[in-house]
Amino acid sequence: MDVPQIKKAAKVYDVVIVGSGAGGGMAAYQLSKAGATVALLEAGGYFDPADPKYINQLKWPYESPRRGAGTTRAFGDFDAAWGGWEIEGEPYSAVKGTEFHWFRSRMLGGRTNHWGRISLRMGPDDFKRRSLTGIGEDWPIGYEDLSPYYDKVDDLIGVFGSKEGLRDAPDGRFLPPPKMRLHEIMIKKAGKSIGVPVIPSRLSILTKPIHDRGGCFYCSQCGRACQAYADFSSSSVLCIPAVKTGRVTLINGAMCREVLTDSKTGLANGVSYVDVPTMTEQSVMGKVVVLAASTCETARLLLNSKSARFSNGLANSSGVVGKYLNDSTGASRGAFIPALMDRKRYNEDGVGGAHVYSPWWLDNKKLDFPRGYHIEYGGGMGMPMYGFGFGMEGRNSLVPGRDGKPKEAGGYGASLKDDFRRFYGANIGMAGRGEPVPLESNYCEIDPNTVDKYGIPTLRFNYKWADAEIRQAKHMQDTFEEIIHAMGGIPLGKKPGPETNYGLEAPGKIIHEIGTARMGNDPKNSVLNKYSQAHDVKNLFIVDAAAFPSQGDKNVTWTILANSWRTSDYIIDQVKQKNI
Amino acid sequence: MKRRDSLKAITLSSLGFAGMNPQIAAAESITPPDVKPLKVPGGRQKFEAERDAKLNADKFFTPHELKTVTILGDIIIPADAKSGSASQAGTPAFIEFMMKDQPQWQTPIRGGLRWLDNVCMKRFDKKFADCLKAQQIEIIDEIAYPAKAKPEMSQGVAFFNSMRGLVATGFFTSKMGIADLGYVGNTPNQWEGVPADVLKQYNLSYEE
Repeated sequence: MDVPQIKKAAKVYDVVIVGSGAGGGMAAYQLSKAGATVALLEAGGYFDPADPKYINQLKWPYESPRRGAGTTRAFGDFDAAWGGWEIEGEPYSAVKGTEFHWFRSRMLGGRTNHWGRISLRMGPDDFKRRSLTGIGEDWPIGYEDLSPYYDKVDDLIGVFGSKEGLRDAPDGRFLPPPKMRLHEIMIKKAGKSIGVPVIPSRLSILTKPIHDRGGCFYCSQCGRACQAYADFSSSSVLCIPAVKTGRVTLINGAMCREVLTDSKTGLANGVSYVDVPTMTEQSVMGKVVVLAASTCETARLLLNSKSARFSNGLANSSGVVGKYLNDSTGASRGAFIPALMDRKRYNEDGVGGAHVYSPWWLDNKKLDFPRGYHIEYGGGMGMPMYGFGFGMEGRNSLVPGRDGKPKEAGGYGASLKDDFRRFYGANIGMAGRGEPVPLESNYCEIDPNTVDKYGIPTLRFNYKWADAEIRQAKHMQDTFEEIIHAMGGIPLGKKPGPETNYGLEAPGKIIHEIGTARMGNDPKNSVLNKYSQAHDVKNLFIVDAAAFPSQGDKNVTWTILANSWRTSDYIIDQVKQKNI
Repeated sequence: MKRRDSLKAITLSSLGFAGMNPQIAAAESITPPDVKPLKVPGGRQKFEAERDAKLNADKFFTPHELKTVTILGDIIIPADAKSGSASQAGTPAFIEFMMKDQPQWQTPIRGGLRWLDNVCMKRFDKKFADCLKAQQIEIIDEIAYPAKAKPEMSQGVAFFNSMRGLVATGFFTSKMGIADLGYVGNTPNQWEGVPADVLKQYNLSYEE
């Protein structure tokens, strides 16, 4: 047998795209539909939610030996996403006293295999933070630039919601929203009594079939990937259809090492990668290179693409690559709602996720923190999974027993067994997701001492929350208790206080990180122009959330999709005009 | 062809030579090593399937420990008019698996079982599993109620809290426990909203 040789592929593609998540999938879809030949590189394996090889949907907890526990998958044994915060052989580090947790999904569709399908548009003010508040940064584009693309994404991919006419949470072209569950009606009523709006969620789940995808059948398991393609993931909705054009060459197991450049012109001309199955060095050539490897992976790729001409890393004459890294804030609280004890049983699985949420409702000018947050809710008679029943000793003395007499906490036997039935479906949870202020001092860089198993230098993070985010988390905790009390509920556990930054999750835990190659009008303090085109390299584009100067409190997937489509249109236009 | 079938085919095809070559005949007569190829179930990654197979082949609890876990399980979740007991739902095997799957359980649970046996030895001169039912309950009553337990029993309280959780999770995620609880989802359906009688019960409506 011949030893595998390092060979340069002779073919030159019109476009090489790195990453198959929301940004890369959308670019592959748009560019291939427009007639371009595309090489789509994905570090992980192939994945199709409809192939029985990959299906976890509709499995019962007892089909998992760990009953769905998250031992090898952070979000449970049935979660679709491969990978997680820790991947063997792919380390990262953080400077002492700082912290960042980097979630990666090595598979077709990337992290669209793990998300809540929450599909929010940024509002007009979200693009103008510096002008309006004096801190943060403005985008070089406004809502009016992205709005037509948000519309197109709504139509192509599908999102349900309701027309509310809120300035900060612009309406889209919505499919009908599902009706509220019982606890959600209660949350809405409680919210109304204290001035917290509760409106239908905006999720990319098909309450009506569109295009040739199936409609939602209400199993509540979007997180496991939908075999009917009734929710959005990049594999089923973008990558697989793009491959069907016949113009996309999907290369799985392509762990990218560097963006290659022509030393004479300084233009990008391809990508080198490690072919994971054979561990051989490969490269693929293209006329245009589009990066969508995820916020931190894209920054890593640029910083590792050093050459005589680009000694600071590619597209990094500003020195901004890796900086302004920011993740959503997150804090949460659970509660027990006595009114929901001894519930009548019926199937209330619904869609995967809450049917309602609370968009930001206050004016930060009147508060001691500069940015808002939204609230996501949980609860209901869901499938019991690993973890069910733990902590009953903290709950079953809160209310009298069936006989009306006070109960001792804890216990065992027939009476305890009955408590599990009585308390089933009586818990709710709420989680805030807030906008952080991007800071230059929060960044990722190349670790001078470490490489991964492919020999690629790894990332070192430097990230600390500031007072703005901690005060926002405090406000979240106060609001959670207000809502719980307005529902007649009992908050569970101790209220998180200053000792835990009010329950503020560590950076990276919300998996909404953005900003490491931000766009801007000034090449001195931004990496990309307003079309996500590198200031320094005109045929290099970035279509993941690395490009975003800020994120609002709007989970960024919908904005990634809209911006990637807009960038794709620009690439097509520039090729036609022979500018690139 | 499946790998197992191809191994069988090799064996059969080589039989023809066996009569001529005693060495091959000798090799054939040795039971081949167990090379059953691992089948990766749907929805699993290969490394997960391999890991599960290894965990399933390993043993953690001693027979005595497993016996004690089984007794404790059925004290926590006994059979009643509606459903069977923890052991009837296979909970001890689930707890055994979790010890191997999440090794952080091993010391608190193994140590807790030992703590329990030691307390019983002191008081009854017998290990927990060998105690009379009344003696077992006497000890359990001292560790099952965190708010009124004596300070010297605090380690037992912590152990019993863990056991209560593991047993409840194991039972209510089993087929029997799910039926008992009355979870009726995990099936394709149309969500039409909260049933009218339930809305009425809570004096709520969609039009507000």
